[in-house]
Amino acid sequence: MTRLHIAQLNVGVLQAPLDSPQLADFVANLGQVNAIADAAPGFVWRLRDADGSDATSLRPRGPDLLVNMSVWESLEALRAFVYRNGPHLDMLRRRREFFRALDRGHQVLWWIPAGHIPDLDEAFSRLDLLRREGAGPAAFTFREPHPPREVTASALG
Amino acid sequence: MTEISVIATLNDPVRLGLYDYVCAQDHDVSRDEAAAATGIQRGMAAFHLDKLAAAGLLTVTFRRPAGRSGPGAGRPAKLYCKSDAEHQVSVPPRDYRAAAEILAEVAEVTGAEPAVHRVARRRGSQAGRAARTADPSTNAADLVATTLAAQGYQPYQDGPVLRLRNCPFHVLAGQHPPLICGMNLAFVEGLLDETAVGGLAARLDPQPGDCCVVVASQSKNVNS
Repeated sequence: MTRLHIAQLNVGVLQAPLDSPQLADFVANLGQVNAIADAAPGFVWRLRDADGSDATSLRPRGPDLLVNMSVWESLEALRAFVYRNGPHLDMLRRRREFFRALDRGHQVLWWIPAGHIPDLDEAFSRLDLLRREGAGPAAFTFREPHPPREVTASALG
Repeated sequence: MTEISVIATLNDPVRLGLYDYVCAQDHDVSRDEAAAATGIQRGMAAFHLDKLAAAGLLTVTFRRPAGRSGPGAGRPAKLYCKSDAEHQVSVPPRDYRAAAEILAEVAEVTGAEPAVHRVARRRGSQAGRAARTADPSTNAADLVATTLAAQGYQPYQDGPVLRLRNCPFHVLAGQHPPLICGMNLAFVEGLLDETAVGGLAARLDPQPGDCCVVVASQSKNVNS
């Protein structure tokens, strides 16, 4: 069986422009939190814009929507970084200061063959699938995870 | 085993004392240690520890004492630790967890997290005020630890910081970490507002098995 990695996309609708005082703490902590991710066990890849440090300038679905996408060796490694790392958990705790609540899913997880790097089209198709059909093997969440299965070429994209 | 018979296993003061002792430790506990700590004979401790393990309240592992291996090292010691399983019995039937899961999800989709955290901070302040009124002569650090213990957090000192062995909302925290860990933090902050007169501060510092909140003196261990 092909070795599988897990990919994750999350989106956030900004409460205020990125350079406003309301977002200052988010911007100030972003570099540190990204550095923790880069050094975390099981980290494989994360999306970066042309500037190279993070993905905040990429706005594929409108000026207010920030995207964050990454690849990890396992669901456990991803979960440990997201929910068991102090500085990252603290940003999540405060997320409503920075991002609006979304009635629809704002995060999606899916399995990929190791070595594959997903693009934003692939990621948004998974998010759309999750929003349309709920959690399933091809698009799921931390709260409703699905075990890794053989990923076929047709399941990609 | 039904939930009721699991809980009924604890209906013995000696056994309950052993269970509380094992749960409060940060390491697996041997029969010798448990017997010494609770002041009973080793055979009696072994009997009750095995009853607790058979009920699924404790988990058993076998390990040789550190530094001993190979032939002549003897049999590995039987060690006990708290089981991950949760048991709840309510008579008549009540299911507050299901209600809590619905309300937590509502708080997230409506963006009510700041309100949840405000209310939790207020509850923490109320608990702190009540504790201070009941015991005005106790020093701040003891008052904080006693109040957290009464709320089920099982606090313990770890060098300069106070850590919390138990998350009273464990399952819910696993489902909604930002909301519930933030709620725990806000509760402890409210408690410190009333009891610690600015000397102590709480922050999130998740450790395996513990509640995510730690309390440290404000001068050092500032939020990193």
